[in-house]
Amino acid sequence: MEHYNMNLTVKVWRQKNSSDKGKFESYPVKNISSEMSFLEMIDVLNEQLIVEGKEPIAFDHDCREGICGMCSMYINGKPHGPWAANTTCQLHMRAFKDGDTVVVEPWRASAFPVIKDLMVDRSSFDRIIQAGGYISVNTGNAVDGNSLPINKDNADSAFAAAMCIGCGACVAACKNSSAMLFLSAKVSHLALLPQGGPERKTRVMNMVAQMDKEGFGACTNTGACEATCPKEISIANIARLNNEYLRAGITAEK
Amino acid sequence: MLDSKIPSGTLDSKWIDYKGHCKLVNPANKRKLEVIVVGTGLAGASAAASLGELGYKVKAFCFQDSPRRAHSIAAQGGINAAKNYQNDGDSVFRLFYDTIKGGDYRAREANVHRLAEVSVNIIDQCVAQGVPFAREYGGLLSNRSFGGTQVQRTFYAAGQTGQQLLIGAYQALERQVALGNVKMYARHEMLEVVKIDGKASGIIARDLVNGTLERHFGHAVLLCTGGYGNVFYLSTNAMGSNVTAAWKAHRNGAAFANPCFTQIHPTCIPVSGDHQSKLTLMSESLRNDGRIWVPKKQHDTRKAVDIPEEERDYYLERRYPAFGNLVPRDVASRAAKERCDAGYGVGSSKQAVYLDYADAIERYGKIEVSKEGRNNVSKEEIIALGKQVVKAKYGNLFDMYEKITGENPYEVPMRIYPAVHYTMGGLWVDYELQTTVPGLYALGEANFSDHGANRLGASALMQGLADGYFVIPYTLGNTLADAIYNKAIETTHPAFEEAEKNVSDRIQNLMNIKGTQTVESFHKRLGKIIWDKCGMARNKEGLEQAIREVQALKQEFWSDVRIPGEVNEMNPELDKANRVADFIELGELMCIDALNRNESCGGHFREEYQTPDGEALRDDENYMYVAAWEFKKDHQWELHKEKLNYEVIKPSQRNYK
Repeated sequence: MEHYNMNLTVKVWRQKNSSDKGKFESYPVKNISSEMSFLEMIDVLNEQLIVEGKEPIAFDHDCREGICGMCSMYINGKPHGPWAANTTCQLHMRAFKDGDTVVVEPWRASAFPVIKDLMVDRSSFDRIIQAGGYISVNTGNAVDGNSLPINKDNADSAFAAAMCIGCGACVAACKNSSAMLFLSAKVSHLALLPQGGPERKTRVMNMVAQMDKEGFGACTNTGACEATCPKEISIANIARLNNEYLRAGITAEK
Repeated sequence: MLDSKIPSGTLDSKWIDYKGHCKLVNPANKRKLEVIVVGTGLAGASAAASLGELGYKVKAFCFQDSPRRAHSIAAQGGINAAKNYQNDGDSVFRLFYDTIKGGDYRAREANVHRLAEVSVNIIDQCVAQGVPFAREYGGLLSNRSFGGTQVQRTFYAAGQTGQQLLIGAYQALERQVALGNVKMYARHEMLEVVKIDGKASGIIARDLVNGTLERHFGHAVLLCTGGYGNVFYLSTNAMGSNVTAAWKAHRNGAAFANPCFTQIHPTCIPVSGDHQSKLTLMSESLRNDGRIWVPKKQHDTRKAVDIPEEERDYYLERRYPAFGNLVPRDVASRAAKERCDAGYGVGSSKQAVYLDYADAIERYGKIEVSKEGRNNVSKEEIIALGKQVVKAKYGNLFDMYEKITGENPYEVPMRIYPAVHYTMGGLWVDYELQTTVPGLYALGEANFSDHGANRLGASALMQGLADGYFVIPYTLGNTLADAIYNKAIETTHPAFEEAEKNVSDRIQNLMNIKGTQTVESFHKRLGKIIWDKCGMARNKEGLEQAIREVQALKQEFWSDVRIPGEVNEMNPELDKANRVADFIELGELMCIDALNRNESCGGHFREEYQTPDGEALRDDENYMYVAAWEFKKDHQWELHKEKLNYEVIKPSQRNYK
């Protein structure tokens, strides 16, 4: 792999706190190696800002290996940037070339209010899980793990849905700011497993109600969520969610 | 000072007897008892959820924006359990034995045996929660092997086992939040332990969004705050992983045990340049099928594919024929370092070895062909089929490698090099997981207890969940049973006031320095000192020098660090400064501990103490103890020794040949 260095202009959203109006600022960065990760480029810029006596850019990040779901940047109009099936922390600078201007914004959704600069509040996702995204089993209740054989295809599909990292890129990509992909991934994960059976109806009803309460938009099946999802969560999960919801609605006893 | 409270009786009856006789708290009283849990990884989330289920009033804290982000989520390979589903000779005793041996005989027998006992319950609990473990076509759970063992006892969910286990624990935690049993404080960082009459009675936490300091009372405080690998700056830990909570506890009276026992993981993606902010692990499970090699010729500049088979040195298979590529992590890491130091390293930095999947791809391809009963299949087709199998097993890891390096590991061998991954040392705890401060507990990686001088793969997840789901619910009750007469203390108590003032003064001091150097630059310098002199190999001279350098760095930090922004706002640089200040102090203690331990064991390799063929040389006569350090004042610690008694296992030189 050929490595190269580049100079860039980073145009980034600056917002002091949730009540500030916010605006774009542009900063030049020099000698960025193509081997750096995108966040390492932001690190370089931040070090530069601190030395210049300016405030560094606040952004969420933690594991930097694409699994914690904390990083959340809108890069050149795309959540997590230009690469498919990728998180911002895994985006590397070989995606850019010398002289590029890179525009960086926070997630845009009213259910994800900005805290500062590129940081947003995603606690609405936690509250959706609190509404029913679990199996009610206290510690100590379990029977032997192999006493319940599970069809491998179902187990694999449940795993594919459970890979969701809760980053919120699906919401950020959606023109309606819908959380349907996130919600459907959790409903699918648990509905596909026999352990999730007893609470199957109440779970889907309660989680959908919570999603609506949080102010996420409705789903119009544009598929932007699936195209953006760093873990390639399939939109088929939304179909399954609709199926689960309908089934629960028709057969609900209360 | 150190009473390990190990129950009497035979090894396999200790935990059963303990559970049968420990004190209980009745449900009405549990409602009156408040428990603080700091950290929401596997240990913290499972503890908070389980204690909430029991009816305690729990407050849980994490610095991330959601408890689901804790770094347990990044664990890849798997979780061990002595289920013996494979009928290959596994048992509780064998898991216990492997863990003690893997830890180079520096862990407590009683704790490790308990860990092996509850390992089987963990798998059951996780399955019941809906954790989607890998399964066979018959619908039963699948297993794979991991380093340092000869049985298949590792349960996994592709390369995302930690994620799935954490989501399971997170969901259990959120359920308790919904039920009102747990109150969650995300984006909060614990900055002090509050002690009243010598007992831990609460914490001071900082709301990271607005900078406000908060006082929280608890009848007990549980630290589940992970390890301190980021003292090295570059590690596989998350950027936010830190020692601060544990360090505050330490400065407040909790002994810190075996700080020099740090694990360097053999299979990580090598450093690419000075800009590097963290390192990425490639799961140890890759060593199941991959073969590790370097060229036989020194300073060989040929591409990997141009080096013929007979000119490759599969050095692990050569040195350790019995375990081959599956030797424990410390052994594999040192062997890689030895080859690179001797001039056989590969890649542009020459600080890397190859992890090659070509053989595995061909082998799996042939199996596929034979399954279909076909003959005369071209090599291209065999390889294409083999790649599909490898993709199904390790696809996400291969994708990750390609994203980071820009190289396709299905075509060219991966380049790997050891990196800091886990810390076996941590807060000293007794059998009940209580530190030397009454009422203050440490769970998971934050304590020192189960892994001795080296942790075996797939046992960190096991320990975190064992502590949280199955140990603390019993042991905490045993102490809290006596606390039912103690009312909650108002946070207007002078001890809270004083603790908050200390935190506030320290933050003001940091902000007032207004120096010239960034927090990051200090962290990098600290990391370099510790990596060079207290990393994979250590010696007396280097450690003495490191101690002087770290002390000087501390002085420079407190006189020249620059922290932008204000106190009362979201200020990540200030958060980082608080953490780096603590890492610097820890760095000094690590070197002191490494200098004190005049032997090599597990991850602690003192160059002066090795066998003629370069293996770690233990000194059981003089160092078969846990080194528990009591903080006296800045730069001054007192050593307390907890002697390790082996009643069942006879320590011997670890042999993986």
